[in-house]
Amino acid sequence: MMAMEVASSPAGLPGQPVYELLGVSKTFTRRNVHALDNIDLSLAEGGFSAIIGPSGCGKSTLLKIMAGLLSPSKGSVVLSGEPVTGPRRDIGMMFQQATLFPWRTTIENVVLPIEIREGKRAALAKHGDAKDLLELVGLQDFEQVYPNELSGGMAQRAAICRMLITEPTVLVLDEPFSALDELTRDFMNMELQRICLERNATTFLVTHSIPEAVILSDVVYVMSPRPGYIAEAVSVDLPRPRTLEMMIEPRFGEFVKRIRELLDKGAFL
Amino acid sequence: MTHPQKTVEKAAVRQTTVTESVAWIDRIPRSVAMVLLLVIFLLLWQLIYELRLISPIILSTPLETIYDLFYVGKNILSGEYMLVALWVTTKEVLIGFAMATALGFFLGLLVGETAFGERAVMPYLVAINAMPKVAFAPLFVSWLGFGIASKVALSAFIAIFPVIVGTAAGLHAADENELMLFRTMGATRWQTLVKLKLPIGMPHFFTGLKNASVLVVVGAVVGEFLGGGKGFGELIRVAASQLNTPRVFSLIIYLSFLGLATFWAVIWLQHRLVFWHKETVAEQSFE
Repeated sequence: MMAMEVASSPAGLPGQPVYELLGVSKTFTRRNVHALDNIDLSLAEGGFSAIIGPSGCGKSTLLKIMAGLLSPSKGSVVLSGEPVTGPRRDIGMMFQQATLFPWRTTIENVVLPIEIREGKRAALAKHGDAKDLLELVGLQDFEQVYPNELSGGMAQRAAICRMLITEPTVLVLDEPFSALDELTRDFMNMELQRICLERNATTFLVTHSIPEAVILSDVVYVMSPRPGYIAEAVSVDLPRPRTLEMMIEPRFGEFVKRIRELLDKGAFL
Repeated sequence: MTHPQKTVEKAAVRQTTVTESVAWIDRIPRSVAMVLLLVIFLLLWQLIYELRLISPIILSTPLETIYDLFYVGKNILSGEYMLVALWVTTKEVLIGFAMATALGFFLGLLVGETAFGERAVMPYLVAINAMPKVAFAPLFVSWLGFGIASKVALSAFIAIFPVIVGTAAGLHAADENELMLFRTMGATRWQTLVKLKLPIGMPHFFTGLKNASVLVVVGAVVGEFLGGGKGFGELIRVAASQLNTPRVFSLIIYLSFLGLATFWAVIWLQHRLVFWHKETVAEQSFE
């Protein structure tokens, strides 16, 4: 039942745990829902982890706790040695929807987190950084464009930039590309890997797709519902950088099969 | 083997010809169509007169009405008493609209943003909105007199509710993701209001303003009917009591220009401020 030992990735990137959840439980007393039960998570620095599980397994509750939007009923959440008690600038979040605001140009959307935290002047001073980030994701020609002129994939790229503008140490991604078509999604996943490796970001991904979890992660946490708990942590020791071609390798298939079995065993299907 | 392909080609050709041939009625330009409809309407009107279907005392002819339109127009343009009356009504409309907007926005904020407003104030607003607001006119007259103030009060009173509803609805327009994003960025309540809820609610707010812009004219004119004064409503009342039907019609038409002007002013402002929101023609005209 408990997490298997989390092996460090073969690339040797991940180091010390930076983000740790210890025995986190969450009960919503008013609705009498026991959402999470004794969750242990440890995200190694520069590592990529994914969590996968059926709908209603408490993933979004877990995410909100990790982002500091909810406090756990029991247990502790520690980032870089400090307990997480509220939203923090060193945690970057991204959702299924890009949620860009149509009255702001792309670059104004990207610097929004700075504007909120430090004011308009600081945001203006960050335009240089924002331009670098937009270039990183290939949107350098779209800085002054309004979001309704961006495609779905481009909007998500802009959302990546907005997440990175505060230079977070931990990235929490909630099915970031699931609203995109399959081809764009594969491509964006590889882009995500490139960006994470380049910036040595510690990344935590929530997904419904087993192949996506396997191709991106060093560790895949498999979650069971009611109450949500980590059924197993599967280490994926495919070499980095990962490529889409790896998805046809037998080793890749073995990981997918293993996770599939774990999910089936939970009998939530 | 070539057969099926040929039929496909034929079908394709047929389809293009179908899309090219637009019904003749859809090819008429909008302006021409509007004028055409007006002409048909006027001809029917004249016909009703010629056949003596309705007594000429009650219904004037289109020609008489058009003639009177020119007469009233001349009177207004030369700055005579009708211009004075129009200016009185315009003042009532503008002040009433400004009051409805400001007060409606404030109440909308109260109702849409605070739990107290939503729980305690909203039920009363709903109850007052359900009342026939015109019935308050005599009260306003007795409180504020026969001058402009009672008309302003009535027009603001009638027009305020769409503004409240639009503002409050706009404040609830942000979805769960957008609110969550703002929370993860550590936004304060004030920041969430100013940088998220208000801009995202703008289209709703303007829907309310558009409704209000038409209702203020109703309020002002009804106020003048019931409370006297020196406005256009009074001119209409006098003309009607003299059975001067052409005059009533032409005064109404000039009044509708006042309503259209406020309505278009709101639409113009909306296009400047809510440039990202595209509406359908129907939404633009009625909602």
